[in-house]
Order: sequence, then structure tokens, then C-alpha cells
Amino acid sequence: MNYFVEAFAWIADPAHRTGPDGIWTRLGQHLAYTLIATGAAALIGIPLGYWIGHTGRGKGLIVGATGAARALPTLGVLTLIALFTGVGVGAPLAALSVLALPSVLAGAYAGLEAIPAPTIDAARAQGMSEWQLLSRVEIPLGLPHLIGGLRSATLQVVATATLVAYVGGGGLGRFLFLGLKTQDYPQMLAASFLAVALAIAGEICFAVLARIAGRRHHALSNR
Amino acid sequence: MAADISAAKAQHAPHAPSVRFEHLTKTYPGGSRRPATIAVEDVTLSIPAGSLTVLVGSSGSGKTTLLRTVNRMVTPTSGRVLIDDNDIAGLDAVKLRRTIGYVMQESGLLPHRKAIDNIATVPRLNGVKKAPAHERAYELMDLVGLDHQLAARYPAELSGGQQQRVGVARALAASPRLLLMDEPFGAVDPIVRADLQREVRRLQYQLGITILFVTHDIAEALTLGDKIVVLAQKGRIAQEGTGAELLTHPADDFVANFLGLDAGRGLHLMNSDGVQLVMDADERPIGRLSGPGR
Repeated sequence: MNYFVEAFAWIADPAHRTGPDGIWTRLGQHLAYTLIATGAAALIGIPLGYWIGHTGRGKGLIVGATGAARALPTLGVLTLIALFTGVGVGAPLAALSVLALPSVLAGAYAGLEAIPAPTIDAARAQGMSEWQLLSRVEIPLGLPHLIGGLRSATLQVVATATLVAYVGGGGLGRFLFLGLKTQDYPQMLAASFLAVALAIAGEICFAVLARIAGRRHHALSNR
Repeated sequence: MAADISAAKAQHAPHAPSVRFEHLTKTYPGGSRRPATIAVEDVTLSIPAGSLTVLVGSSGSGKTTLLRTVNRMVTPTSGRVLIDDNDIAGLDAVKLRRTIGYVMQESGLLPHRKAIDNIATVPRLNGVKKAPAHERAYELMDLVGLDHQLAARYPAELSGGQQQRVGVARALAASPRLLLMDEPFGAVDPIVRADLQREVRRLQYQLGITILFVTHDIAEALTLGDKIVVLAQKGRIAQEGTGAELLTHPADDFVANFLGLDAGRGLHLMNSDGVQLVMDADERPIGRLSGPGR
């Protein structure tokens, strides 16, 4: 119990807040890693997921990618990439993107896959081009699934981004590894609290997004 | 007989197109686990301009496959489809589909768009601005008997019959001269179905368009068709003609069977208080001849 009080005291200490090694800096770094890694995964995963969902080609890739990603040891991937690229932010960002990719890919794909076949068939028969079908029917109808995929990707990255500090990249993990080395357990616990808080904040953002998307689709759920 | 009717209609519908299938074959290639299937084989058939022609057959007759070759939702393996003597294989599929109305069993409405926007789909695709497209959609709601209050509803908030009316309105929004209907009323209850069937006949007279209608229900075919084409397996044409011709001279046992003639329906008339009732073999009244009284 003592550790909890000390951890909050550590966070509350103004000396730990600011400066190049302060909470705000590390929190900002952590958030930036999360956004960049998830953004990169989205940039690759969404178009690829849409392509697979629209054409029905390469479904095996989805199954393979999601399965393989679960089996990947994140720390191993991180270290491996760091060995090739050297210490810095490149390796951890790449590793986190790889980690986030399957969820985004599956979300984009599942959104299109879940649309009833007659809806797609009718839209095409009315004279929609493939591009119009994708942009006016498949993407809007697939949005709730996509948001779900981005949500789980983001949560996973927020949690895992603590490992960035392992290869010298900063972020909230910096406090964790520092605390581990110096046996400063309140500091470690404080870092965990901050990571959890960030994860909850992200969760709330996505819950709001999902609600907005869901409201637009309320008619769908009535079925 | 069929030609007479369609000729008379064609006069007030000068632009309604004819459709012709020439030696049409469609096979689906087999995969590693299933054998290749022949959906239709060497079908040659003419749909007169301005007619309401019904393709009737049970599952496996290839009726839907035939219908879907007309708007190029199915590409024939061999043979041709001609609309007004133009081979449609040479046309742009997307543009072609916008000139042909299509109504299917599952209404196929876009669930994320209001009824009014669903109806306005094709005009909007053709670049019509939102306001005039909606104006046109309201006209169509009148035409198919939909209350304007339903305009803002989403498909899931409509009854099955209302959804089908929206589907018909959507198919007619861009004023097509050819309308394809694939078992459009198979999933609605009998009273609504009868109502919608009357609407289709009225629309066809009013608009003077060519309608190609697919069903497995012979009663529906007899109710609607100027011309009825009875399909056996794989698109083999068992008989084509008017309902009266089919009932009078069924070509073979298959057709007689399909019409229910061999089952000994034993229809006969019975006089009941001056009203002529139509009775079946079990002496149950199934309808009445029109006459005095209500």
C-alpha cells in the first residue's frame, strides 16, 4: 500500500513534471510513438484491408497476419529491428507498427466482409462503379468495424510502447527501466499508472468515435 | 396473341426496347472441390418490346442467370444478348446498368441511406444535383404509392412491402425503358404481394416500358405476364406463349405439371345464391366469377 502512496507522491512532485526527463516530455513522447505507429499501420492496413475486402482476394493473408502477430514476441521484434537499424526511434516505431498492423487490417477487412451480399449486388446493379461502391457503400458501412480495429491497435501500442525505452527511445518506459535499475519501485508504479491513464484516455476517445459512427448506423442494428 | 398485345402497347411506348438472347450459354467453372456447373445452355429467346414477359421456372432453371445477363451482372460464356439489336457486350457495363431498372427479392436498399436517398441513387450517380434528384424521388414515391412521410426513414424502419416499393421506385428513378425484376415479391406476405402485382401491371401500362420478370410462382406468372416463358432445367424453354395459350395447349407433361393441370385441380363452377363460385376438386371455393352482387 505504501508503494501506491509513494507512486502518487512521485507523480505529484513538481520536480518530476517538467524538463527533458519530466513526465510531460515522456508522456508526449509516448503519445507521439502511439500516434505515429498506429498511423503508419493505418496507412498500410486500411487500403490493404479494403482491397482484400472489396476484391475477396488474399483472405489467407488476413488469417495469417493476425495469427502470426499474436505469436510474435514484441521485445524480440524490437531488438531484432534495433540490431539492424541501430539505437534510436526508427526501430521501435517500426516494431510497434508491425504490432498494430494486423488489428487495423482485420478491422478494415471485417467491415467490408460483414456487409450483406445483396446490398453490394444491388448497388452494383444500379450502376455504381467499383470505386463508387467502395467509397459510398463499403467504406461508410464498414466504419464501425474499422474503428474497432483502430481501437484495439491503439491500446496494444500504448501498452507496448513502454518497450521503446529498452532501446533508448524514451517514452513512459524510460521511468520503468530507470526504476528497475535503481530499484525505485514507486517510480516504476508511477510510470505504470501514467501508461494506464493514457490507455484509458485513448479508450474514451474511441468509445466516443464508435458512438458517433454507431448513431449514424442505428438503422443497421434495428435489423 | 402475345404479339397483338405487345404491339398495341408498343404504340404508346415507342422507345421501349426489345431483348433477345441468342444461343446463350453460361457455365460456372468448377473448383478443386466442386464440379463445373451449367446454369443455362444454348438459350435463344425474344422478349417483345413493351411487353411484360415472365420467365417462370423452379430452382435450377437458370431464370435468374438469364435475367442477370441483360444488365451484365452475369457475363455469358458464349452467345449474345441484344437490346434493340445492339450487342450489349460492346457497351460499358456501368453505364448500361444505369439505363436498366433492377428490382430484387431482398430489396438490396442501402441501409445507411434514407428512403428518399435510396430512390435518388441512379439520378445522383448520373450527376443530377441533390434538390432535383429529391424532387424526382418524391414523384416516384407518388407513382409507387409511398407516403411522403416515409422519405426520411431508413430501410430498416420500413415494412417489407414498403421496402419493395422503395426498391421499385429506385429502379424507375432514372426513367429506364427496360425493367428487370428478380422475384421481387417473394418475401412479402400474400396480400401485399397481390397489391404489388397490381402496381406492376399498372406501372407497365402507365409507363409503357418493357418488363422482364422472373418468378418460380406460376400463379404470379399468370397474373402478370403478357408473355410467359416456362423454363425447364438449364434454361431449356419448355413453352412460351400467353397464359391462355399455356393453359389451353400445354406443350408437354412438364408444362402441364408446372401449371398444376395434371394434379387434378378439377376446377369447376358452382352456383351459390346466384353467384358463380369456382370450386376445386375437394369442393372448396377458391374464388368467384365476377357477376351481380359485390
